[in-house]
Amino acid sequence: MTPNTAVKEDIVKDKIYQNLLKEVTGLYAMPMGAFNIRADGEGVDRHTTANIDIVTKKDQPGIDIIVKPGTKNESIHIPVVIGRSGLNDLVYNDFYIGEDADVTIIAGCAIHNPGHDDSGHDGIHRFFLEKNARVKYVEKHYGESEQGAKNILNPTTVIELGPHSYMEMDSVQIQGVDSTRRDTRAVVGDGATLIVTEKIMTSDDQTAETIFDVKLNGEDSKTHVISRSVVKGQSKQKFISKLEGNNKSHGHSECDAILMDDGRAIAIPEVTANHLDAELIHEAVIGKIAGEQLVKLMTLGLSEKEAEAEIISGFMK
Amino acid sequence: MLELQHISFSVDVDGKQKDILRDINLTIDDQFVAVTGPNGSGKSTLAKLIMGIEKPTEGRILLNGEDITDLAVDERARRGISFAFQQPVRFKGLDIFQLVSLAAGRELSKDTACEYLSEVGLCALDYVDRPLDQSLSGGELKRIEIAMMLARGSEFTILDEPEAGIDLWSFQNLISVFRHLHEVTGGTILIISHQERILNMVDKIIVLEEGRVAQYGAKDDILPGLILEVDDCKRACDHFSLKGASK
Repeated sequence: MTPNTAVKEDIVKDKIYQNLLKEVTGLYAMPMGAFNIRADGEGVDRHTTANIDIVTKKDQPGIDIIVKPGTKNESIHIPVVIGRSGLNDLVYNDFYIGEDADVTIIAGCAIHNPGHDDSGHDGIHRFFLEKNARVKYVEKHYGESEQGAKNILNPTTVIELGPHSYMEMDSVQIQGVDSTRRDTRAVVGDGATLIVTEKIMTSDDQTAETIFDVKLNGEDSKTHVISRSVVKGQSKQKFISKLEGNNKSHGHSECDAILMDDGRAIAIPEVTANHLDAELIHEAVIGKIAGEQLVKLMTLGLSEKEAEAEIISGFMK
Repeated sequence: MLELQHISFSVDVDGKQKDILRDINLTIDDQFVAVTGPNGSGKSTLAKLIMGIEKPTEGRILLNGEDITDLAVDERARRGISFAFQQPVRFKGLDIFQLVSLAAGRELSKDTACEYLSEVGLCALDYVDRPLDQSLSGGELKRIEIAMMLARGSEFTILDEPEAGIDLWSFQNLISVFRHLHEVTGGTILIISHQERILNMVDKIIVLEEGRVAQYGAKDDILPGLILEVDDCKRACDHFSLKGASK
């Protein structure tokens, strides 16, 4: 499927879509470098470069992103925006990152739900990093709803890290996503490193479940999974982390959750060492904002509410 | 000027009332005033009562004639009271620049924030963007706490054992920082300390013992007596340890 240029015109002119794009990419204009913009379930604009090709899949919705070996300092934006009610979008995107390439990928989904029916996006992203490749992957999820219909985002991320490759994944979900189930699975090869930082804030009756399953299969493979959560209102969050050391490796997972109002959080660690030289650590801290932090900021002249807001915004930064 | 009128503070320990401070009456309006006394004499509690972190069981606190006894911590802060904690608080995520800016109560440039940090002996560029978290040592945190006091520039600044954790080399600089803090604020600096060199720089000394004001007066009248007491104590300790050694 090639991009639909008629829709593109609408998107470019429409302020709602522009704002949604801004939420995901931080940009009002079409980004530089390679990009593929998907709106309301259709590809609407695309740009490739000499080193980065984007090809529409033939057998299922989605794209293949192919980065040539040795590509340096290029970016790929693949935002998804949904401005309709009752749309459930499913997309499969595969990233093939060539040997020695070093790229930044900005992805994510923003939904503006104007009606009474739930809207959702299930993005299934697979990453295949060749030897020595490096990827910084930034993913942002955002939702807003006019009539109270729910926005549902269920991303799946599958990562295969080749020898001595490096991937850093930063995902953020701050606002307006009513239900999410985030599933991240990785296999880390010899000398490769995976760093994941996830920040989720839920409020009202939202729910978020996140699962990390990292297999440290390679010699000297490493991972560090960091999750920071703020659980407000009546919302619930569940954090499941499974680290498996199958070789001489180092794995560290951290879950740090701040509870507010009637929020509830569960952290379930599972560390499995199948090798004598596998070092695995799990830390989980769940609790309300430390009283001494509030008092300190109040001694600087902030009200309790202002102090709370500063602490939360710093924690989620 | 700060007035403490008949301030008492007690806590409940296993159903029994324990008096921490008893009928404290003080008027503090000099430039530098030190509070000293043995451990457990109520020094830090006194500081917390002035800041509003604890509320007195009895008595009133007046700042420039206004009764602030019932005001919350932030209201007192906005009226010009600052407090450098004995054990500085760590944050996850907030960086040093943000905290110095919050202390200043305005958007600071990085350069200005760096000036405050440099003044307390921190190589500012290495610190300004760092989070104020577990990665910092106790001594670094204490210096940042004092940098925040410089940024605040309040009329009444309380420093709770500011020298603790700061190495000897930096000690002299710390004293000059306190002098500069006074130049900036023009107000009162109340320092809780056991250090003779700090007690030597103040105008007046308050000595607390078992929750009461045992002495309050000019440094020149009080400090020599304190040093004698310490010497006597040291001689007594030496005497007993020698006896112990000869057994």
